[in-house]
Amino acid sequence: MSQPGVVLAMPSVAETPRPSLVRRLFRRSPALIAMAVVAAFVIIAVGAPHVAPYDPIKQDFRAIRKAPSEAYRLGTDEVGRDVLSRLIWGARASLLAGVIPVSIALIVSIPLGLLSGCTGGWLDGLIMRITDAMLAIPFLIVAIALAAFLGPSLTNAMIAIGIAALPTFLRLARGTALAITTEEYIESARSLGCSRARIAVRHVLPNIVPPLLIQSSLTAAAAIIAEASLSFLGLGQQPPAPSWGSMLNAAQRYLVQAPWMAIYPGLMIFGIVMSLNVLGDALRDALDPKQG
Amino acid sequence: MRLAVFVARRVVVLLPTLFFVSVLIFSLQKLLPGDAAIALAGEESDPVAIAGIRAKYHLDQPVVVQYGIWMGKVLRGDLGESLRNRIPVTELLASKLPVTVELAVCSMLIALLIGIPTGVLSAARKGTLVDVTANAVALSGLSVPHFWLGIMLILLFAVHLGWLPASGYVPPWEDLGRNLTTILMPSFVLGTGVAGVMMRHTRGAMLQVLGADYVRTARAKSVPERLVVLKHALRNALIPVITLGAIEFGRLLSGAVLTEQIFAIPGFGKMLVDGVFNRDYAVVQGVVLVSAGLYVLLNLLADILYFLANPRLRGA
Repeated sequence: MSQPGVVLAMPSVAETPRPSLVRRLFRRSPALIAMAVVAAFVIIAVGAPHVAPYDPIKQDFRAIRKAPSEAYRLGTDEVGRDVLSRLIWGARASLLAGVIPVSIALIVSIPLGLLSGCTGGWLDGLIMRITDAMLAIPFLIVAIALAAFLGPSLTNAMIAIGIAALPTFLRLARGTALAITTEEYIESARSLGCSRARIAVRHVLPNIVPPLLIQSSLTAAAAIIAEASLSFLGLGQQPPAPSWGSMLNAAQRYLVQAPWMAIYPGLMIFGIVMSLNVLGDALRDALDPKQG
Repeated sequence: MRLAVFVARRVVVLLPTLFFVSVLIFSLQKLLPGDAAIALAGEESDPVAIAGIRAKYHLDQPVVVQYGIWMGKVLRGDLGESLRNRIPVTELLASKLPVTVELAVCSMLIALLIGIPTGVLSAARKGTLVDVTANAVALSGLSVPHFWLGIMLILLFAVHLGWLPASGYVPPWEDLGRNLTTILMPSFVLGTGVAGVMMRHTRGAMLQVLGADYVRTARAKSVPERLVVLKHALRNALIPVITLGAIEFGRLLSGAVLTEQIFAIPGFGKMLVDGVFNRDYAVVQGVVLVSAGLYVLLNLLADILYFLANPRLRGA
């Protein structure tokens, strides 16, 4: 029995601090490998002028459809261009395809998602109905239709992909913002007289970033495939500028004579897309409070 | 709640979405650079012909009036005329859509046959090499560019082995055997991506169900693990997976675009690509409209299936 006036002190429980996101990510070896692949891809794309052994658009009719050799490591294409150099330079189109559409989606979805999630009412309803309408049209069909009406070019392809990816980001940003606005600390901030704008920027925005980060990785992967698809169809990067998709389009006609023209571009797309998907999964696990 | 009431509620919610879908598709034409009449005329440069196009498509009217006229025609089943061959777009769609539907059905069958058993096995063997391998294969299926996979399969099975035709399509009523050989590779190409999605969702649903109290009870009663997984867990895990299948079927329509192009299958997707290259904008709009309509319908079907499969919703 305790003495009157004596306050029992509760033993303090030492809290183990949660490792940072980067450390949680680095614990997973598939994520490490994926990050290394993505980093290599970015370095190759940025350093293409210094890395590529040949000019990617220079034609050499004496070296048409040459098999891989000492001179041409991955062979040549139908007009004698070095496949390895075109793969390296093609990484630039893919890098842009991964970054620009995601940036477009983020720049538009974050303010609209905050507005929709934090304001509610008819504005939220209107934004969501338009989002639902955009989601009703399959992703690639939206991208193809937009690229068709805007005109074939890499820039228009990236705009088209960004617009096609926008509804997913918008729905995610709005859904997360909506969930956060029901939290008690938001209620406290309101009680203290914080304006809606201040609450949205100071409290809601930092918390919608993690799920958008995960979605960015997954969408970058989808965007690279979409750009390759559009270029394959002739709606993306225009010849003679190299793109993995347009290389595959040309390779179709020479499957028997020059199969290397088809194998390597596809492997590059597969490698980078797989790495981005693995990274997206690892980010999701690392940001899950129940794990790590 | 009765099914009719549930469906009616869902349809009412869908109406604003369908309205905005129609506005978005109508707006595509407004993206055309410069004078839309000149763009629609294509190679035709005669001013009289261009003026005729302007009058035909009411391009001299306010945008709202143009939309009203266009929407009225769509509701009457008039999606315009193909600029290239002067055939009504509706007629073209009616001839091409069944081909794509056959491709989509075969792809979905392959996806279910691969995805569901793999997902069940992966969940039952969680954390083992089987689970890791299945996950890696599923992720690979999601990551591989399907048009490249199609080209590689043509290289292997058509060029090197000579087992299957590289391209082309034979309708099933003409020769079922040849139809199946022409549809096999494209179905596999399309189906692998969806198989990856189905596998991951089946695995997730199974893991959730395998952690439930009634499964723990069954194990405590010494029910063989095979029965626990297949009889008790799988039935409940399949509910969300089957509804997902309806939604993925809609996505197959999107994937069919490239697959039909590679394998020269005269379907819906190839019609879209041909429309793009021929600047046949009525065809492009028609394909997008029908794709959206089918996707909305399949989502509604997914909701109905979920309602029918989940007794808790029926009792609400």
